[in-house]
Amino acid sequence: MKISIDIKKRLRSADYVADDALATALQLALDLGRPLLLEGAAGVGKTEVAKALANAVETNLIRLQCYEGLDASAAIYEWNYQRQLLSIKASEHEQKSSREIEDYIFSEDFLLERPLLKAIRQEKSPVLLIDEIDRADEEFEAYLLEILSDFQVTVPELGTLEAVSIPHVILTSNGTRELSDALRRRCLYFYVDFPNLEREVEIITRRVPDIEANMAEEISRFVQELRKEDLEKTPGVAETLDWAAALVGLKIKSLTGDLETIQSTLICLLKTETDLRSITPEVASRLAGKAA
Amino acid sequence: MAAAVTSANQPINGYPLTRQMAKFIDHLRLNNFVLGAQETTLALQVVRGAFLDDKKCQHQLKSLLTGCVEEWRLFDDLYEAYWYSSGKERHQWSSAKSFENRTKASLPKAWDQHFSKNKGSNNTGPQVEAEGEGDAEGSASGRLIATDKSAMAKTDLRQFVDPNEILQAELLAYRLASAMRYRLSRRYRLSRLGRKLDLRKTIRRSLGTGGEPFELCRRRRPDRPIRLVVFLDISGSMKHYSRFFLQFVKGLVCRWMEADAYLFHTKLIRVTDVVREKNTTKAMTRLSVMAEGFGGGTKLGESLKQFNDQYAKTHLNSRTVVMILSDGYDTGTPEQLAAELKKLRKRAPKLIWLNPLLGWENYEPITSAMAAARPFISYFAAANTLEALSAIEPEIAKL
Repeated sequence: MKISIDIKKRLRSADYVADDALATALQLALDLGRPLLLEGAAGVGKTEVAKALANAVETNLIRLQCYEGLDASAAIYEWNYQRQLLSIKASEHEQKSSREIEDYIFSEDFLLERPLLKAIRQEKSPVLLIDEIDRADEEFEAYLLEILSDFQVTVPELGTLEAVSIPHVILTSNGTRELSDALRRRCLYFYVDFPNLEREVEIITRRVPDIEANMAEEISRFVQELRKEDLEKTPGVAETLDWAAALVGLKIKSLTGDLETIQSTLICLLKTETDLRSITPEVASRLAGKAA
Repeated sequence: MAAAVTSANQPINGYPLTRQMAKFIDHLRLNNFVLGAQETTLALQVVRGAFLDDKKCQHQLKSLLTGCVEEWRLFDDLYEAYWYSSGKERHQWSSAKSFENRTKASLPKAWDQHFSKNKGSNNTGPQVEAEGEGDAEGSASGRLIATDKSAMAKTDLRQFVDPNEILQAELLAYRLASAMRYRLSRRYRLSRLGRKLDLRKTIRRSLGTGGEPFELCRRRRPDRPIRLVVFLDISGSMKHYSRFFLQFVKGLVCRWMEADAYLFHTKLIRVTDVVREKNTTKAMTRLSVMAEGFGGGTKLGESLKQFNDQYAKTHLNSRTVVMILSDGYDTGTPEQLAAELKKLRKRAPKLIWLNPLLGWENYEPITSAMAAARPFISYFAAANTLEALSAIEPEIAKL
């Protein structure tokens, strides 16, 4: 299915500021019907891409959060055991053969759809977000490959369930484990970097509506400088937004003003004790000086 | 705009573009991109007529043809080099072919001591060589090799020169690796002795008894492989042992083990892929190429910092055992070493330190680096003889 829309514009109206490269990659993923694998540091907005895409193509977002030990019953489907037990009990007096009971309790009424099955059974192609695929086990990755190529699920008791529509698949990975080459080959690839200054300013002004233009610019310049420091955890876009919101809430008009308050709001950006200690008031004021 | 691009604007299914694209894909393959014929077809389909919008085309092909960060970062240069003939040569060393073409003679000196002795491997029987064990040059050879097994196990590893004996190290490493391969998983599997009920199976079975769940099916967590990260010190002070330890590391980082290997000296390099190479000679040759530029003393703290910054987030998890093979002679500050080890231990639950010197008589681990590192080590052992190495197997299994 080909969707010819100006994806960049649509993303923008969904409050996601994408650069040309990302917009092109998303467009390509939609056109070719291929999954898009997003990699990048934590906090650069990988998950947001999927949400914005769902918004942009006006469809549902179905999310599967991966974790170690994720198995078929949490990802694909599960039988509704309580209901099954109840109906076995209820049909005890109806003189049904065990064959009939079995057919009944293993029918679709008793099937609980989990994200993967749900995604292929929607009327309109949803966006399927498979978040942090690297956290799932390798066995699951192999299974996922099968679903992503055939778009069908086999339930032993029911038979094969074909896809009603093909979902737009977005996978994200933080690189805690090397993904298999097979999976990488099946996907389009995009590496999400920290945004540059202009993009970050735009993101802040879009997401924090009350902010003044010069303040947005100062904030992003400060954060861009901060990212160059030797930190354990580099602040992402989400952190910048938190900080911007905090500063707006405190009615701070410029970073060069009340240094003490600014220092105390740095907890929005720095998430480890070592980082907090390494950005001393002197360092902060130096960065603020550069930003102003 | 370069000539190649203009000609590509011509007939869509015609000769030029198809051929150009095939050559471009070939160009990428030379730089170790994994691409098949399917990708070529797709790439053609994607750029069809879109060459006018050049930047967009580049973005599209980038997304289509890359698969990991390394390729992602390399792509733009390769793209420009090809379509605009901007004259950037592909990276010489990234091509596998160039290794094979290198002759032994052109190998850098740094690794001579580790495998130049290989040549004598066909000689059978005991060899007698000039005594030169203690000095800087003579290195690993220079002793009458013991043929008696038990005696061999007690021989200090510096005296090993026979490749067969070195292979023993690899076998031993295999044993060690298998001893610590499994840890508990968070995931449940069907199992007779499990502690949790498996409802799905139970209900299925209960059908035969009219819905009365007589037979309870259970499940439990199966064992999961642990991950191993090995650091091998290849500085001057360790050089008598390096050859042996390299083989040992090669055994640990075997196919079925989730493992990572790093060499360090004054800086750190990741050698996992190289060590996994089946052909030993080839692996050693590649290692020597990678170790180019190494020299000077050991900077343990600095190397670990590099690891913590670059790899730790992605290569360590809660089931990781970190193994350091080093004598602890460090030219960096002990404070930095302690700080980096502390960071490392936050991510990895176990740290094993194997020190070849510990087996020496009268040796006390009192170098400032060792003293700084001790509090962070979960298991500290000697590693100067095969016997000492086998002794750590049960310990490791316990970790």
